[in-house]
Amino acid sequence: MSATDRIAALPLRRPAAGLAAWQRGALLLAGLAAALVPLWLLESFHLFQLTMAVIMALAVLGLNIVTGYNGQISLGHGAFFAVGAYATAILMSHLDWSFWATLPVSAAVCGLVGYGVGFPALRLGGLYLALTTFSLAVAVPQILKHRAIEDWTGGVQGLFLVKPDPPGFLPLNADQWMYCVALIVAALCFLLAWNLIRGRIGRALMATRDHPIAAEAMGMDIAALKTQAFAVSAMITGLAGSLSAVAVEYVAPDSFSFALSINLFVGMVVGGVASILGSLFGGLFVLFVPNIAEAISKAAPGVIYGVLLIAFLYLLPDGFAGLLRRLAARLRRGAG
Amino acid sequence: MALLEVEEVVVRFGGVTAVAGVSFTVEDRQICGLIGPNGAGKTTLFNVISGIYRPSDGLVRFAGEVVTGQPRHRMAALGLGRTFQNLALFRSMSVRENVLAGAHAEGRTGFLANALRLPAARREERAAAVQAAQLLALLELDHVAEVPVAALPFGTQKRVEMARALISRPRLLLLDEPAGGLNHGEVDALAALLREVAARFHCAILLVEHHMNLVMRVSDKVVALDFGRKIADGTPAEVRRDPEVIRAYLGDGGGHARAA
Repeated sequence: MSATDRIAALPLRRPAAGLAAWQRGALLLAGLAAALVPLWLLESFHLFQLTMAVIMALAVLGLNIVTGYNGQISLGHGAFFAVGAYATAILMSHLDWSFWATLPVSAAVCGLVGYGVGFPALRLGGLYLALTTFSLAVAVPQILKHRAIEDWTGGVQGLFLVKPDPPGFLPLNADQWMYCVALIVAALCFLLAWNLIRGRIGRALMATRDHPIAAEAMGMDIAALKTQAFAVSAMITGLAGSLSAVAVEYVAPDSFSFALSINLFVGMVVGGVASILGSLFGGLFVLFVPNIAEAISKAAPGVIYGVLLIAFLYLLPDGFAGLLRRLAARLRRGAG
Repeated sequence: MALLEVEEVVVRFGGVTAVAGVSFTVEDRQICGLIGPNGAGKTTLFNVISGIYRPSDGLVRFAGEVVTGQPRHRMAALGLGRTFQNLALFRSMSVRENVLAGAHAEGRTGFLANALRLPAARREERAAAVQAAQLLALLELDHVAEVPVAALPFGTQKRVEMARALISRPRLLLLDEPAGGLNHGEVDALAALLREVAARFHCAILLVEHHMNLVMRVSDKVVALDFGRKIADGTPAEVRRDPEVIRAYLGDGGGHARAA
């Protein structure tokens, strides 16, 4: 096999690049249909679960920006999720803001917190950064319970709030509308992230991860890129937190334990590190696999979950995203 | 005024003086070879010029501006492009993406403009795409453009690095041992390529190289270092004849002929 043959047999990194406009349009329509069908197919509880899966996918997307694409390991993204959730909950329950109005504030607050975390992150590489962010995840639930801010956060009791009302012209109930809200916010964020990643900044994020010295020689300001990546990442995960606050209609410190951060990390790896679409599957995994594990064994769901997780990692070494890439490559070869 | 001015640069690592007060200049559009035996301080000096090391003393001026002490990521915007000795490509990215990453310094748009695909971001992206396509064609990389770089042979990866450095239209291209690991035929092709690059991109080239034959063939000017000092500076013919250079390469007793 000559060198060129070997190269021709290699998978291309961008399966979508080869698709014609009508094929992409068809894929988009199919995706839209798949996203909307559950509105009428699922009853309340399962629709709620799916809503949460969409929210988790959004949170995983945020993590993927900073850890997947930029290579800064964060085991503390649950903290940003919590900050977003509380920002929305406080504004809605204390100040009677509408849900939509809280989103920019939540994004701004989380962005600032993320930016702040980004600075010590510059000094702490790899495993040290992982532990530092982890400590953030451990600290945040306790900070939320603290007496000094109890009046705002509701302390251990947490805060209650209500889902946004569906607009009158739509024949949807509150649960169905909540699902749509989550879909709209998540779809927008996924679109923006996709734009970001395939352009100048996305390349710079990946370049900084792959080879920082070369990245600097190409004119990339590593400190600025890394702190901003942290900010954007925290913003996206924070928005997911905002959505979860209204979807659950309740926030409490213990909903945001460090297990949430680990779950997001698992979702990112299983879905596909440095993959936008993979984040979607990561969200589904995070939400549904624990349920499946519990359905299989009520006595030891943790064991089943562990086995399922290992099986996934073994069968899909590059996550769902890798599987999709391989399938797309096979389809192209079949067609070509 | 010369394009690059290296003035009395001294680099000390602990007690070791790697570069002991070296001065030389590179003119606009000149190909300058920096030679010397192993440990002569070539790579250290190279890293000072490209901004990776800060000299203990002395300074580097580029196009009249002092670049010593400037942030490393400013170098590209000033017009200094470079390649690396042991390949420093972005491994997870395709050939095209690597080359596009080289255009980073040409762009201005940030997170927001890119996420929203604002016209400015689109314009930059289109301009970079056109330039990348031209460079990929020039360096015969177009047939592997979408392949992840890590999967390519060494010689091809070196060409990717060259394309990545050239896309930002540098006024001075710093090449760290471009012939390292190349076979005889590839070195011939490299010599032709360097000539073509200098002519087509109107850039000066500073070449740190072991491969004496290549340096002598392509350089307008050669600077020779030994033990951190400059021992010769002139045309290839002059430097080749210089007794100090001959001594540095062959040793006083006429050891093995590295200068061949």
